[in-house]
Amino acid sequence: MSNANAYITSSCIIRNNTVVKNGAVVLEETGTALPEFLRSLYDRFSGQYPKFHKMDLLSKLGWAATEVLLQDMPMDQYKPEDTGVVLANTSSSLDTDERYYETVHEIASPALFVYTLPNIVIGEISIRHKLKGENAFFITEAFDIEFITGYVQQLLDTGAINACICGWVEQYHTAYDAALYLIEKNSRGMATPFTAESIRKLYL
Amino acid sequence: MADLKAQIIQQLNLQEVKPEDIGNDQPLFKEGLGLDSIDALELIVLLQQHHGIRIANPEDGPNIFYSVRTMAEYITAEKSKTA
Repeated sequence: MSNANAYITSSCIIRNNTVVKNGAVVLEETGTALPEFLRSLYDRFSGQYPKFHKMDLLSKLGWAATEVLLQDMPMDQYKPEDTGVVLANTSSSLDTDERYYETVHEIASPALFVYTLPNIVIGEISIRHKLKGENAFFITEAFDIEFITGYVQQLLDTGAINACICGWVEQYHTAYDAALYLIEKNSRGMATPFTAESIRKLYL
Repeated sequence: MADLKAQIIQQLNLQEVKPEDIGNDQPLFKEGLGLDSIDALELIVLLQQHHGIRIANPEDGPNIFYSVRTMAEYITAEKSKTA
């Protein structure tokens, strides 16, 4: 599949306590659990966003990955409706669903309840970056690169959006894996042609 | 009121706020501490979990949760009823 009319302008992969942006390691921290690692990520790349601490781990992971993804990539040339967010994972919000279920036996936690949907991470990203474009969250067995690439390409081709944050944001208990890509019609940043092959190469 | 501030910080996961950052009469919502509607629900849970108090009339919420002082006064008044 070749789509030379759009570009991957930025990428961020987070796994094994390592953050890779555009193919280069930008943060590596051994021996820390996911919550502490995400706090380090927040301190390093963001800070001053108190809502972060209230998010569940899935939202923190996607939100923090987007902070890295959009660092030095201003989006102010786009209208809010121009940028979409298309994400996927395999565990949905099960980690938080389970934690919420534990609270139901006594007093159900409102703060946990609001994160018992996987697409809340899209909401957190959209609030942070003032995005109002098309969005979707898919549940698939594994990161279906062809599917995500095709879906985003269709949104771009039909003019629904001019840019898109897309990829994979998976978290369940201690396991996690995030791979986000900024796709734009105009070339800048890493300026890699937007193809499934390019996405796969950056993911592996 | 210091204990109540600590409970609020813990319940609402306000990790970048210290008890001394919260003024006794500072509004908790909107222009004050900036809490939202989910935080309001968590404050109701806090009253139940830490103080065994259920708010009988939801319309009293805005007055009860206006500030740390109004919360503390409400807790004191409710506990004196059962003492």
